[in-house]
Amino acid sequence: MAEKTVDINSSIMSRNERLAGELRARFAGAGTYVVNVLSSPGSGKSSTILATNERLASAWGMRCAVIEGDIASDVDARLMKAAGMPAIQINTGGLCHLEGNMIRQAVDALDGAVGLDALDVIFIENVGNLVCPVDFDLGENLSVMILSVPEGDDKPLKYPGIFQHAGALLLNKIDVAPAFDFDLEGYGRVLDDLNPTAPRFEVSATRGTGMDAWAGWLAAQVEAARSGDSSRR
Amino acid sequence: MHELGLVSGILDIVLDTARGAGASRVVSVSLRIGDMAEVNDESLAFAWEVLRDDDPLTAEASLEVEYVHPRSVCGACGASFGHDRFHLRCPVCGSRETRLVAGREMDIASMEIETDD
Repeated sequence: MAEKTVDINSSIMSRNERLAGELRARFAGAGTYVVNVLSSPGSGKSSTILATNERLASAWGMRCAVIEGDIASDVDARLMKAAGMPAIQINTGGLCHLEGNMIRQAVDALDGAVGLDALDVIFIENVGNLVCPVDFDLGENLSVMILSVPEGDDKPLKYPGIFQHAGALLLNKIDVAPAFDFDLEGYGRVLDDLNPTAPRFEVSATRGTGMDAWAGWLAAQVEAARSGDSSRR
Repeated sequence: MHELGLVSGILDIVLDTARGAGASRVVSVSLRIGDMAEVNDESLAFAWEVLRDDDPLTAEASLEVEYVHPRSVCGACGASFGHDRFHLRCPVCGSRETRLVAGREMDIASMEIETDD
């Protein structure tokens, strides 16, 4: 009997990472920019996607689609379709995040329905959760984290992982900040250290505040990715 | 995070590697987990106790975890610095253009096996 050490040096997530790599190559080949939208339930992912789509379509002529991730129901997919966006609903049946294999199936469905080449942007509306989605790469170009004012300014201290991971940070429902005593300055100070590189946008998706600035920045990222810089943010 | 899912992924890789190496049993498995990964150590240990029994090769295997402290590199001055979960700005020049180079990993580093020969 002999004992020996075997080197493995493999990521625990290697299966998902391989799928994400394949998806990223497929998106790049089709010239489609993918945004993974992360937040708690109820912070305004759907309304932000709708308001962003409106601006990308009208000001930049971009065609957007949505992949919806929810535990159950097709409420969000119907909302997106009503706004004229191709939408695929994924029901995770209890799983609190989306994984690469689910996105691959949804992308196959979108590709069959409208053709990936025809899409400039795909929004992936992840399951509302501030922990689990962070470690699952979906092949996206950008992860955007939406915090809404009523959730409180202390969330980056409580859930640092997702705030650190995000490539852009939206603070939604900014119109009600005075009513909730949201400490904008203190929130900004924590983010200065926690995620110094991600741009931040104060928005109200339903009232339109700040949405042009956010959509303009996103459109510039889409154009930059087309010209060759397609790294994950 | 889903520690049960993580452990099930770890065991898939460990069992494949162990069979390929002709192991008669797996003695221990070593992980490297970044402090900034969303992994809970107690939950991980619990999932390991439960799931390792599913295969006789791993039924007695221990799990060892090395936690990796976060490190970033400054894009402006080139400084490499360690930090906690909250402070990623360059402590040398104050730049925001820093890049995390360690602290988010979730890797299986190696394992100890016994063979019959």
